[in-house]
Amino acid sequence: MSRQDALVTADWAEENLEAPGVVFVEVDEDTSAYDGGHIPGAVKLDWKSDLQDQVVRDFVDRASFEKLLSEKGISNDDTVVLYGGNNNWFAAYAYWYFKLYGHDKVQLLDGGRKKWELDGRTLTTDETSRQQTSYQAKEPDNSIRAFRQETIDAIGNKNLVDVRSPDEFSGKIIAPAHLPQEQAQRPGHIPGALNVPWSKAANEDGTFRSDDELGTLYGGAGLDGSKSTIAYCRIGERSSHTWFVLHELLGHSDVKNYDGSWTEYGSLVGVPIELGAKS
Amino acid sequence: MCGAPAQDTDLPTGTDLARDTVLAGRVLADGEPVGGAFVRLLDSSGEFTAEVVSSASGDFRFFAAPGSWTVRALSRIGNGETSVQAGGPGLHHTEVAVG
Repeated sequence: MSRQDALVTADWAEENLEAPGVVFVEVDEDTSAYDGGHIPGAVKLDWKSDLQDQVVRDFVDRASFEKLLSEKGISNDDTVVLYGGNNNWFAAYAYWYFKLYGHDKVQLLDGGRKKWELDGRTLTTDETSRQQTSYQAKEPDNSIRAFRQETIDAIGNKNLVDVRSPDEFSGKIIAPAHLPQEQAQRPGHIPGALNVPWSKAANEDGTFRSDDELGTLYGGAGLDGSKSTIAYCRIGERSSHTWFVLHELLGHSDVKNYDGSWTEYGSLVGVPIELGAKS
Repeated sequence: MCGAPAQDTDLPTGTDLARDTVLAGRVLADGEPVGGAFVRLLDSSGEFTAEVVSSASGDFRFFAAPGSWTVRALSRIGNGETSVQAGGPGLHHTEVAVG
């Protein structure tokens, strides 16, 4: 995997809006963003209602994913180009999720909605209609998904990368600074975790930094390239962004996203927690 | 919930201004509100902390901690930034001019 395979530029996207076999998909938590104007031809996925099981705290199962993509008019042969707001957080989450269910031809629009809007490129409220397909998903590829016991076992053995802000890492706050404070029972981080906020991997306009800058960033933070890595945040979407950087852009081989993240870990009874900034 | 809630001026239920440090304000260009601007909260070392999109009335809001902050706005008509000193909990108002 490399930058050319995993990312497309806004210029490329603009030239390929009507290309056969290319489907643009906007992924946001706030679907009013899509409804207020989206990239021409793009379909919408709602991070919460489409991709999360509505009862159990987990993904939708394979059959539901097949049904969802079929209804959206996405076929197995299509190249899916994902984009969204929040610096592509949820688009990166969806990217990881598409990979998990075995869709190989998936790419992220570099800079997402933000760069597209700042560039003044076209957005439309025209409804997108695509013909229903019969999408076939594969069994989930759990080689890119970490679960809680595996994360606990990784303490002292693997790279743990906490991609939240320094104040969330140290335990000063439990949720990002633009949200009311809520969620996990206890603040702090997993002992031994590195703190490399996701935002350090992105430029101001939401595009990813260069491979050289990214290599220096994680190397400088102490990420040992010879070890496996688990990334986590609060609910698994910002860590998808970092998973994308480490696994898809930098090509590290064994990188998992712990989507249970701090809301799960920080609510478990008896697990080790560390407070304070990195020494 | 990890997306930005509606950036209106009413504070969400459960906000306790005796406990919470809220930075709120508007993005303006020549005195007129700028909606759809990307408003970034940077800490005292200039590191990114959070980002929201301003409402149609130019309003934005962050839940932060006491300290020195920079609020930087990116918009199609230009960028701008301002500093905010949040000495303690409560509602701290600011305005960011872009252009």
